[in-house]
Amino acid sequence: MKEVTLKINDISVTVPEGTRILDAARQAGFNVPTLCYYKDLCNEGSCRICVVEVKGARSLVASCSAVVAEGMEVYTKTPKVINARKTTLELILSNHNRSCLSCVRSGNCELQKLSQEYGCDDVAYTGDKTAVVPELPNAYLVRDNSKCILCRRCVAMCEKVQSVGVIGANFRGFNTTIGCAFERPLGAVDCVACGQCINVCPVGALTEKDDTDIVVEALNNPEKTVIVGTAPSVRVALGEEFGNAIGTDTEGKMVTALRRIGFDKVFDVNMTADLTIMEEGTEFLSRLQDKNAALPMITSCSPGWIRFIEFNYPELLPHLSSCKSPQQMFGAVIKTYYAEKMHLDPKNIVVVSVMPCTAKKTEIFREDQNASGYPDIDVVLTTRELARLIKRYGIDYNSLANGEFDDPLGKSSTAGYLFGATGGVMEAALRTVYEKVVGEPAPSLDFKAVRGTKGIKSATVDLKGTKVKVGVAHSLSNARQILEDIKAGKCDYQFIEIMTCPGGCVNGGGQPIVSSEKINAGVDVKALRAGAIYKADKKSALRTSHENPVVKTLYAEYFGEPNSHKAHKILHTTYHKRDKM
Amino acid sequence: MSKEIIGTPQQWEQLEKELEVLKNEPGPVMKAMQAAQAIYGYLPIEVQSKIASTFGVSLEEVYGIATFYAQFNLKPKGKYTIGICLGTACYVKGSGLVIDKFKERLGIEAGETTADQKFTLDATRCIGCCGLAPVLTVNDEVYGNLTTDDVDKILAKYND
Repeated sequence: MKEVTLKINDISVTVPEGTRILDAARQAGFNVPTLCYYKDLCNEGSCRICVVEVKGARSLVASCSAVVAEGMEVYTKTPKVINARKTTLELILSNHNRSCLSCVRSGNCELQKLSQEYGCDDVAYTGDKTAVVPELPNAYLVRDNSKCILCRRCVAMCEKVQSVGVIGANFRGFNTTIGCAFERPLGAVDCVACGQCINVCPVGALTEKDDTDIVVEALNNPEKTVIVGTAPSVRVALGEEFGNAIGTDTEGKMVTALRRIGFDKVFDVNMTADLTIMEEGTEFLSRLQDKNAALPMITSCSPGWIRFIEFNYPELLPHLSSCKSPQQMFGAVIKTYYAEKMHLDPKNIVVVSVMPCTAKKTEIFREDQNASGYPDIDVVLTTRELARLIKRYGIDYNSLANGEFDDPLGKSSTAGYLFGATGGVMEAALRTVYEKVVGEPAPSLDFKAVRGTKGIKSATVDLKGTKVKVGVAHSLSNARQILEDIKAGKCDYQFIEIMTCPGGCVNGGGQPIVSSEKINAGVDVKALRAGAIYKADKKSALRTSHENPVVKTLYAEYFGEPNSHKAHKILHTTYHKRDKM
Repeated sequence: MSKEIIGTPQQWEQLEKELEVLKNEPGPVMKAMQAAQAIYGYLPIEVQSKIASTFGVSLEEVYGIATFYAQFNLKPKGKYTIGICLGTACYVKGSGLVIDKFKERLGIEAGETTADQKFTLDATRCIGCCGLAPVLTVNDEVYGNLTTDDVDKILAKYND
């Protein structure tokens, strides 16, 4: 590739042709602030915070969209640049709900950080504010347009990455707001609840619906047994909220923190991820032998994906596995098997799940998710909400000793742990399916072809002469591509894993927010968090779901065998068409 | 996606025909919205949904365009649209008083339509004939040099 040499603040740098000015500046050691620009996602050039002076240019240049040229002389910190940025910030602040004291994003708000750096302590402009219609509540997300700065990152995420496209800019000029068609609330359009919009929002305009108070109330109710379970990817991200590097596995501290919060039992959803593999793997093998069964079979763990197919491809619903998600299986097992074993009335059990996900908050309200007659799961907290609760309770996370999950439902294989990364469900399934069919463990338990952050991955596995081709997709635009192939009869996979979020659950809509400054500097959050999972798997002595002793006990004592009548009643569900707006 | 037909079967058939023609054109969404508004007088949700699904864009994208441009209506217009210029020249010459009289006579605010769907009252920007200020249009008719006394006379002309 052709290279270009230019000067940034009189420092010479050589970069490939087509490089954006702000990336060239970073190479020279100068960070240019951005509010709308987000690597590989949003390049609107709408916020004007990234302006720089270019010698010979008529006006200031948006360095997020302008590319370098040979001999260019760029200045990123002249008084003209600094004043322009400060004025822009003050104009944004003049139309911003500055309830920063208690705003959930205070401390990691990109607007707040810049306002501080540029000394915008007094907002010189007063006057009208854009009229904001309060958003009607839904189960998973709060939108507060009084804090929105119209960067459009959320719009790009929803439209381009997720191919959902339910939000956009409505009206014009001063009246512009981000909203849905016909000003419907998010809960009344075909939003899949993935929460990816939250993760890219620079300010507090988009947040999860906070359910910490419901948990606190249950914890303080002596009549309730409050049981918590954590999703695989929570433990590789929670530490970030306490200053740990991205990709730090703090499982032991997380367990201790949950115990100190006051949960009666600290169990692990990795355990029911193992159970999911038994049920889903068995379902796949029986479909493979049944000429009338719908193939490819597609995983059903990710509730945003479930909403997506129910809204957009109801004709393909027979392809979905009938398995409940690991979260729902977790609650179902606790309120049936565990309740019976411990002589507890499921009425008095409160099951809290901690998830990297906002869609999980909607999943608990689905029909047929109440195996015991009571909701399988009572409350879902995101990783961020758990961190908030730990902080509120004054628990010094980093100094905690490592704890271990309680028995029996805290025991899991690292196959279950893999569910947190894209390709993980497929890899876990292949480990078990291979051994079930062939009668011996796979030559290598590492199915590396399904790992990594490539949008669509595939692998062919030879099961004693039967070649099975599997596909893995993450983010819904990739899922859509596979679904279109199935519809067109062009899909030759027999088994497909689909995860809603880019990178899978490690990068879910409920995970700690990573600033765009880090993203734009090239930090690969998905790979770092997934790396922690694969590292744990590599060191593990228990790497297949069917060898999990608790799974064996569950079938021996309760379910009989995978896909038994009882298993179907408790661990499976149905999916149905949803009307699009 | 909303599947209901809106308006008369003829209107819907006409819409489908026009959308079919636009399928081969670049950037068809806005043209489709203009064509649809020519048929219906406004862009109801069913029509916007139809345009969105025909061209593979989201309903929100169509709605975003519909609310961005002043030329698109989200509500049905009356049989006669009275557009009163509130541009500088007309305003100085008293068009504010004229529009107030229309509001009083019709019992509606600017941007609204009478209950019998007969009149829509719009406040417009300069329509480019300041020599006639204050000026208004009723559909394609232009009326200039207005005073408040003209209001009843103009309304009487459309007494059908």
